[in-house]
This record gives sequence, C-alpha cells and structure tokens, in this order.
Amino acid sequence: MKINVLTKKEKKNLIRILVALSLFIVIFVCDKIFVLANVFESSFGWLFPFLLYLSVYLIIGYDIIFKAVRNILHGQIFDENFLMCIATLGAFALAIIKGVLGETIEGFDEACAVLLFYQVGEFFQSYATNKSRKSISELMDIRPDYANLKIGNTFKKIDPSEVNIGDVIVVNPGEKIPLDGIIISGNSTLDTKALTGESMPREVGINSEVLSGCINLTSQIEIKTTKKFYDSTVSKILELVENASSQKSKAENFITKFAKYYTPIVVVIALVLAIVPSLITSNWMTWIYRSLSFLVVSCPCALVISIPLSFFAGLGLASRYGILVKGSNYLEKLSKANIFVFDKTGTLTKGNFEINSIYPKENYEKVLHLASIAESGSSHPIAKCILQKYNKAVQNNGYSLTNIAGQGVIAQKDDEKILCGNEKLMQNNGIKYTKCTNAGTVVYVAQNEEFVGYIQISDQIKQETKEVLSGLKSENIKTIMLTGDNEDVAKDVAEKIQIDEYKSSLLPQNKVEEIENIMSSKKPSDVVCFVGDGINDAPSLMRSDIGIAMGSVASDATIEASDVALMKDNLKGIIFAKKIANKTLRIVKQNIAFSIAVKIAILILSALGITSMWFAVFGDVGVAIIAILNAMRVNK
Amino acid sequence: MKRIIKLEDLDCASCASKMEDAVRKIDGVNYVSVNFITQTMTLQTSDENFDEIIKKVVKKCKHIEPECTLYL
Repeated sequence: MKINVLTKKEKKNLIRILVALSLFIVIFVCDKIFVLANVFESSFGWLFPFLLYLSVYLIIGYDIIFKAVRNILHGQIFDENFLMCIATLGAFALAIIKGVLGETIEGFDEACAVLLFYQVGEFFQSYATNKSRKSISELMDIRPDYANLKIGNTFKKIDPSEVNIGDVIVVNPGEKIPLDGIIISGNSTLDTKALTGESMPREVGINSEVLSGCINLTSQIEIKTTKKFYDSTVSKILELVENASSQKSKAENFITKFAKYYTPIVVVIALVLAIVPSLITSNWMTWIYRSLSFLVVSCPCALVISIPLSFFAGLGLASRYGILVKGSNYLEKLSKANIFVFDKTGTLTKGNFEINSIYPKENYEKVLHLASIAESGSSHPIAKCILQKYNKAVQNNGYSLTNIAGQGVIAQKDDEKILCGNEKLMQNNGIKYTKCTNAGTVVYVAQNEEFVGYIQISDQIKQETKEVLSGLKSENIKTIMLTGDNEDVAKDVAEKIQIDEYKSSLLPQNKVEEIENIMSSKKPSDVVCFVGDGINDAPSLMRSDIGIAMGSVASDATIEASDVALMKDNLKGIIFAKKIANKTLRIVKQNIAFSIAVKIAILILSALGITSMWFAVFGDVGVAIIAILNAMRVNK
Repeated sequence: MKRIIKLEDLDCASCASKMEDAVRKIDGVNYVSVNFITQTMTLQTSDENFDEIIKKVVKKCKHIEPECTLYL
C-alpha cells in the first residue's frame, strides 16, 4: 500500500490508527506480563489499567463518540456510531463492575480493541472503495479538458463548452478530440477505443468526420466543429454513463430495504437478549455481554457498499467494450434475458446487397457486362452492387434504356436488345430461362431474345451472426428473427444462421405488433430483448424489456430509445454484454448471500456465547472488505 | 430544473440512502438519486423557489452527514 495514494483524511486516520495500535499493544503486553491491576495494591487497582486503556480508546474513538452524540441529538437512534459506542462503553462498564466487585479484571482490553479494529476496518473500507471508484472512473475517463481554438495563426486553450459550431480547433497527437467535427487539414490515426471498444486505430484525413472522445495518435489535425460541446458524442456518452447507476436495480433496492430493517431488528433482539435470559438466569453480566456483541455487527455497511459497487464495476467494464448500459436495472434484466428478437436487415445481415452467384459460371463476364450496361442508369441498391462488382467503365454509349416498372430494364442499340430484370420480364418477352432456385433477389439477363444467365443478389449475413446465435442458444436463449423480406429470403437466411423462429413480410408497424405479441404471450419470468440497428426500430426498442441498439455512435435518437447501445456494429457485443451482466449478477448474489450468512452466523454464535466480541468485530469488518474485493472482480 | 451536485467526503453508503430519503421528502423535489460511487446527487426540482429548495437540501444533508460537503 503506497501512502501517496491516500487522501489527506485517510492519511490522518492511518497515523491515528498506527499510534493507537502501538500504544494498545504496549499496554496489552504489559498487562499480560505484570497484570496492571495489581500494580497498586488497593481495591481501586482496576483504575490503573482502566485509565490506560481509556486513553487509547479516546485516541481512536473520539470522533465516533462525537458523531454518536451528535446523531442522537439529531434523532438518529440506529446510528452505527452510537451502537458502537454502546457496545464498547458497555464492555467497559461490565469490566468496571467486575473491578468494583473485586473479581478478576478483564474486558478493558477487549472494549478498546473492538473500537480499534472497527476503525481499522472502516479505514480499509474507505480505502478500498475509493480505490475501486478511481479505477472504474478511469475506465470511463473520456472527458476532454480543453480545446485548442485556432485564432489566426495562434491557438488558445479554452474550455470545450466555449467552442462554437464552425470554429476551427487544433488537436495535437496524444490529445483527445474535444468536439465532433470534420477534418479540414491533416491526416492522422485515431484511437476510438474509448468510444467503440474497437482496438484497431482508424485512419482519417481531410473531410473525415471525427467524433469527440477519440484520441489523436500520430499527427496534428485541424477540425471544423459541427456540434456544440453539450451535443457532442462525448457529452452524450458521459451523461448516459453517469446517469446509469442512478437507475437502481432490484438487488440494490432489496439491499436498501434490508438495511433499513436490519439495524433496528438487531438492536431489538440485542435488547431482548440482554433482558429476558438475564431475568430467568439472573446472570446479567453474561447476557449483557452477549447482547453487546450483537451491536458490533449491527451495521449493514458491507452490503450497502458492495452491491452498487458491483453494478458500477459492471457498467464500467461494459463501457470499456463499447457497450453502454443505461442502468443497473438493465444489467440485471440482461442477465435474465432468455428471448432475443432480432431485426434482420442491418442487424443479422450487413444491410448492403452483394452478388451471391452468377449463373452460368462460364458466362460470368458476359452476364455481368450486359447487366451493367442495362443498370448503368439506375441508382437502385441492386444496380449499384452490380456496377460495383463489374468495376469497369461501362460502355453504355448509344444504348437507350427503358425502365419497365416492377420488371426491369430494356437496353437497346441498333438491333441489339438486352433484357435485364425479374422473372416477369422474361415471361412477358417469351424468353425461356433457367429459374434460380436459391432465395434472394435474382436479376435475369437476356440478349436478343436469348437467355444468357442470371445474377443472384442477397444481403450478406454478418460474419459473426452464426457464432453469436449459437452462443446465445448454448445458454438456452430463444432467438427470433423479424424481417420485411419475403418468405423465401427469410427462410433461407433463417436456415443459414440457424435461428429458432422467424417472421417474414413484416412492415415496420408489424414489427412492433410482433413484439407486442411476444411480450403479451411470454411467461412473467421471461425477459424479451430486442436487437435492432435503431433507425426505424425505435418503437420496438422501447416496447421490449430491453432494447439493444447496434452501431449507434452517431445516432442520438437510437441512444435515447435503447436501454443498451453497442457502439460498435458487431453482434459479438451482445455476447459480451450478456457475459458481463451474468458475471455482475453472480457476484452481486454472492455478496448478498455471503454477507448475510456471515452476519447471521456471528449473531447466532454470539448469542450462544461461543464467540467473543473480538470475533464479532473481526467478522464484521472482514466480511465488508471481502465483499468489496469480490465486487472488484467484476472488473477483471 | 435538473442539477447534478458533487458530494465530497460522503463516506458511508447507508448515509447516502438516508440522504436520498430525506431529500425526497422536501417539497418541490421531483426526483433525487444519491450515487455513492460517483459521489454525486442528481436532483430534479420544480422551477419555482429553486434557491429555497437547494437551501433545504443542503440543510438536510448537513443534518444527516455533517462531514459531507455539497458543491453546488
């Protein structure tokens, strides 16, 4: 443990603890060797060790006593400081009574030690909490501190919020880009990891759009801003992440409630324990001592700290992977999610068309060439992808292109006639064609009334889709695909990616209805998760239990509608998010079960008189520290 | 009106929830959430009497945890 990482307050406390601890050890050892109570031969011999221990007690506990008195005056009876004082002062009182009665003197050391170890525990707790708080916050530290505003040929460092739209800012290598904008001079490489979780650096040049929060790696660039700071990506993300932990999960609410009742209940039991058995056995000293041990474990702090800390660590870890989770409650829900509904285009598939196959193979060049001539005048996505594949300057000089709606294009030049379109076009022109049996969009090509071949075009399935779906299935998650495509295409894709169910030919509004159906027919324990690319999926995202939006760095509307946003357009983020959620919840449950079990065990053992107050304080402090350390495991 | 208030020396997690409870009861406070981890209080109040509400919030927090400072 390095001293320089401590705050001023922690340093002061550490010194105080060390002084008190060494004094305590000296007195304790002397007491055991010389028996301090017998140093002065008198019936008030107990006063000597009492005063020595009391001085240590006051050094280590003056603030606790002070707080206890103050909080009692403020009407807080179940204050942990107060209860600690009662426990330790009670132990002193028992020892004094023993002294006055002339019995063997014992208990001064214990009273003193309990408070001492309580303080040691508090110190570690505060240290561990601060440290974990720092390490999590560093993860999410993407806030730019300044912007270099360009004025003529000089720069001025100003607060990012003072930069206006259209101002030119300069970003040096190693600096964070403070505002969204467009590069007007310079080429560089950007580290976008903090935003997207993508570890590959991004090359940018003039006219590249850049997002705030990226780190400029290699050379100086000048950026013309397109947004104000509060509108910039980095502000949006920070606001989201900072607000995230205010959305409390059920586990957190449970703990808050538990904490509310725990202390009063323990105190009441302690009271009962002090009075009832004593009345029966008349052994007041024993039972009061046991009830005082109860008060030592009356603070629910271990739980109250470790649960939100675990969630926060989970949210922090997710954001490191470019996954923004809007609240602990969504993390909790995500761990329970067992029905995943996917939008097809843009989510499971890339959303851009690509040529799948050309038939027949020996006519490959010819088919493509003729199709490019016919499609050269169109800006339809299908035409675009054919031209892109052809990738040569198209010789369309002299061809007159006629568009036949719903069928295709006819290109004519002299006596050459090219037909390019769907089955209808072939049928209407009486051309014998070979029917394509694969699903997808098919463009048939004929030249001079003779069939040449066809081009089959389909939306490309994302590389990771199958892996992600089988990953989800291995966790017994049901997967459903929704698409606006026709039955054939939908079936084909569904078979290829091995999704459990699919619904085809859905208009955008049908998708929401479909989600509503799933939501209303599910079991209460089911959690429905909708994954979409966000642009027209906002209603579905909002309607489902958890809406996950993909690749949404730039889209504000999506971030608003979704509960979880994947900054990178990669489905694997879902698996990561799910894993993080599961891990977080596992640790949360461990902490709840472990802390409650240990506390109850201590209570039972103290009530039976098996353990002493020493054990109680060790157990209580130990469980808090273990819970905090366990919470930090989320981060690993 | 929404305000995020930085809290310093908020040492105990159960005090954080006590503060939250107490502030919630103040008239004019629509929403409050005390975040022990980020040491912040998110406060949403009605627009009228904002200064007065804040004064009450500070007073309540001081009452519960005198060591904790609110940075408005």
